[in-house]
Amino acid sequence: MDTIGLQTKKRSALPSAFAASFPVLLGYITIGLAYGLLLARSGLPWWLAPLMSVVVFAGAAQFMAIGLFTSGAGIAEIALLTLVINARHMVYGLSLLDRFGACKRFKAYLVYALTDETYGILTTVEPPEGVDREEFYAAVSAFDQSYWVIGGFVGALVGGIIPFDATGLDFALTALFVVLLVEQTRSMRRPAPYLVATASTAAALLAVGPDNLLVGAIGLSIAGILALRRRLS
Amino acid sequence: MSYWILAMLAMGAVTLLCRAAPFLFFMKRKPPPVLEYLEAFIPPMIMTILVLNAFKGIDFRAAPHGLPEIGSALAVAALQLWKRHALLSIVGGTALYMILIRVV
Repeated sequence: MDTIGLQTKKRSALPSAFAASFPVLLGYITIGLAYGLLLARSGLPWWLAPLMSVVVFAGAAQFMAIGLFTSGAGIAEIALLTLVINARHMVYGLSLLDRFGACKRFKAYLVYALTDETYGILTTVEPPEGVDREEFYAAVSAFDQSYWVIGGFVGALVGGIIPFDATGLDFALTALFVVLLVEQTRSMRRPAPYLVATASTAAALLAVGPDNLLVGAIGLSIAGILALRRRLS
Repeated sequence: MSYWILAMLAMGAVTLLCRAAPFLFFMKRKPPPVLEYLEAFIPPMIMTILVLNAFKGIDFRAAPHGLPEIGSALAVAALQLWKRHALLSIVGGTALYMILIRVV
């Protein structure tokens, strides 16, 4: 068969990537606005908000930095706390070695721009047929980052004068995680990972408290699923 | 000002290092078989933890006892199971949440 003749024309990744990133738009713009507003009200210069969103691009760490910067915390302390908050990204990368391994042009950007939300979309949502996988990944990541940068920028500059009461709009990110979890249950039908993760979160809440819940729960769940390796594989 | 810039660069470097570490570590090395096993289980575990983590700030003892959060999240899950339309589930659930926190 003449395979060349069957090659379909490549479709742009932008429309499908925008649709996949839309929930993140609602969440990142809202939380980004709150971030910019809080940063400016803390007495830090407005340009630090968009700049942090480009140089650091990690929401929880950026919120933490506002308090640390205004209290004049030491650079080493700031770096250490950032490490604790963002250590979970190492685990994300471990499960993306294959997916990103096949990427070339945008690989460096994909690694740099990996947030919780982008990780969730890239591991759950399949690009439509005819759309280049790497372009789809890069477009989702870039859309997500643009929402965060714009939100922080606008929030820091004019956040105080926005009259719309957007309280609760950031629930879109929780809703996104619920949707991604439902979709995960379609491809991973075994109950073990969900049970291990739930038990790990409960244990981490008791052991390290709510502030370090993510890093504690992810660490425990990896240990837990490794302990069950003989039974599960 | 140089303090902020320096602190920001330190944060950026640490964050990038966290994100790049697995890729740098396994650039030349072949990933061990245990990673293949982990790859399948990490995404569902992470998604479970991220959902539970989103509810950590709720005070279940005081009214409305987490009803807006849990109710809206259940609505999102039900919509997604039923229609499998991510935007509908997310926008519908978020709208419900915004209404609930204003009326409950």
